[in-house]
Amino acid sequence: MSATLRILKAGPGASVQDKGRLGFLRFGVTPAGPMDPGAFIAARLAAGDAKGAAIEASLGGLELAAEGGEIGLAIAGGAFDIRLDERALPSACVLRLVPGARLSVRAGSAGAWVYLAPFGRLDLPFVLGSYATHARSGLGGVDGRMLRAGDALKIVDPRPAPVEPMAILAPWIGERPAKSRVMLGPQQDYFSPEAIETFLTARWRLSERSDRMAYRLEGPLLQHLKGHDIVSDGVAFGAIQTPGDGAPLVLMADRQPTGGYPKIANVIGADLSALAQMRAGDLLEFASVSWEQAVAARRARARAIAAGVALEPLLRKEFSPEFLLERNLVGGVIDGRKT
Amino acid sequence: MAPSRLRAARMTPPPYESPRYLDAGEAALSVEFGDSVDPEINACVLTLDAALREAKLPGVEELVPTYRSLMIHYEPLTILRADLVKVLNSLVLQGASAFTPKARWRVPCCYDPALAEDIIEAARILGMSPDQLSALHANGCYRAYMYGFAPGWCYLGGLPESLALPRRASPRGATPPGAVLIGGGLSLISANPMPTGWYVIGRTPERMFALEREPPLLIEPGDDVCFEPVDHEMFFALEARAARGEIVALREALP
Repeated sequence: MSATLRILKAGPGASVQDKGRLGFLRFGVTPAGPMDPGAFIAARLAAGDAKGAAIEASLGGLELAAEGGEIGLAIAGGAFDIRLDERALPSACVLRLVPGARLSVRAGSAGAWVYLAPFGRLDLPFVLGSYATHARSGLGGVDGRMLRAGDALKIVDPRPAPVEPMAILAPWIGERPAKSRVMLGPQQDYFSPEAIETFLTARWRLSERSDRMAYRLEGPLLQHLKGHDIVSDGVAFGAIQTPGDGAPLVLMADRQPTGGYPKIANVIGADLSALAQMRAGDLLEFASVSWEQAVAARRARARAIAAGVALEPLLRKEFSPEFLLERNLVGGVIDGRKT
Repeated sequence: MAPSRLRAARMTPPPYESPRYLDAGEAALSVEFGDSVDPEINACVLTLDAALREAKLPGVEELVPTYRSLMIHYEPLTILRADLVKVLNSLVLQGASAFTPKARWRVPCCYDPALAEDIIEAARILGMSPDQLSALHANGCYRAYMYGFAPGWCYLGGLPESLALPRRASPRGATPPGAVLIGGGLSLISANPMPTGWYVIGRTPERMFALEREPPLLIEPGDDVCFEPVDHEMFFALEARAARGEIVALREALP
């Protein structure tokens, strides 16, 4: 049994992702994976299988339809505008997409990434153990590229979704620390104490020139103490590297596994989701924490995720005439003449 | 080959007396043995890489050797940093510079200027003929120091010093598939076409990264590599075989 998810419209930035292409960093293979790992796992958990893949969409939005059968979808991410036909749904929800219906996902009040996880398996080739798309090296997803209108994604082993849409409750989605916590290093000794002070006290603005590979920061320029070239070393998700122009950039999901610029700090794992959900123009500040503090935050988040997501029925806020007629609201009126 | 033979004279600073443990966030630790591209430093990296792969520590997720450091991606909720460092200290003590490669690859390489797009330019900069350049390159013994930049791009130490030339000030266009390059005192076997600041001085018919082949990647960091010159005709014959899924580079296991 299978059904097909048809992409009717796709703005830039839509791709298939799973938890990432792990195990091949040592061969120069980019891990890719979700920009917001927390929202991704929330969507997957709500779809009943933490291990699968999801469609990642960005501010360019997405429109979808089901063909050949109904498809359950779990949606989680930024505060996107989700509509099933004309009905507005919460930005984190599960729904049943029936043939003939149209699901639209548009940029909403906040957030930059949203995940649509099918109740079932995306029938795509496993490339180096992963479905994650890395368009720059042409790996994974649909033919190694971003999604576009007309794409058909076959869903195999579909599982039923709730008949009525429900909201996903996942307390870690949308958590927004006042400051992005970082651990200094591994090359903080390439910067003067003043440059580190500047880094930690400045208000940074997220640049328009940001993508899945790196988020560029605009603000004061950070002076290097001993040049901007280092002998390449490894790079982690959230590494903040500072090339010769002194403008730092945060390396994100599509980072290369190694790099040759000094890294002043790394954003801690627990704060990567919130950082990823920022938009160009948003302001951010950094705060330095210890390994112990970073691990405590990581543990708290891991516990929340291990507790899982809850689904909650929706309270209707919009009432169409058809909906009201169906409810047979006049059925309870009594005839005053008979009393 | 002992690392000392890769080096004619020490041009770069030696390894640190003891490695530096540098955090890259709470879930990655860079074990840094030095701050230059140097065979002895790289041997320390590769020795620790091999030992850690052998140790299979729970919580150690991925190891990324580079010229001068080993990046360890780990899950700190499974293994504490302090416990990881304890293991690393004991492994480092067990002998760092005694790296022995597990395999030597003989990689076919065509130096014909028709395929080796930049060999004439590189030879001119180096003040030699293209034939001299290709002979020197083909006589070198190399070690896979690390991968980087793009899948299957393998950086090699051991380039004869006479072939050391700086990288281009601005990148050339996309490389041909399987380009063999030199730049910045190193050699490099590439895979998929990418723009680069290095010089294309040869091409291998071998595919360094081929998803439809098992294994998709051939050379492990730490393997030794040498080049077997092939002519134009042989290049295309081997390329056709490689396209059918054959591995045309030869792997010799080392004792």
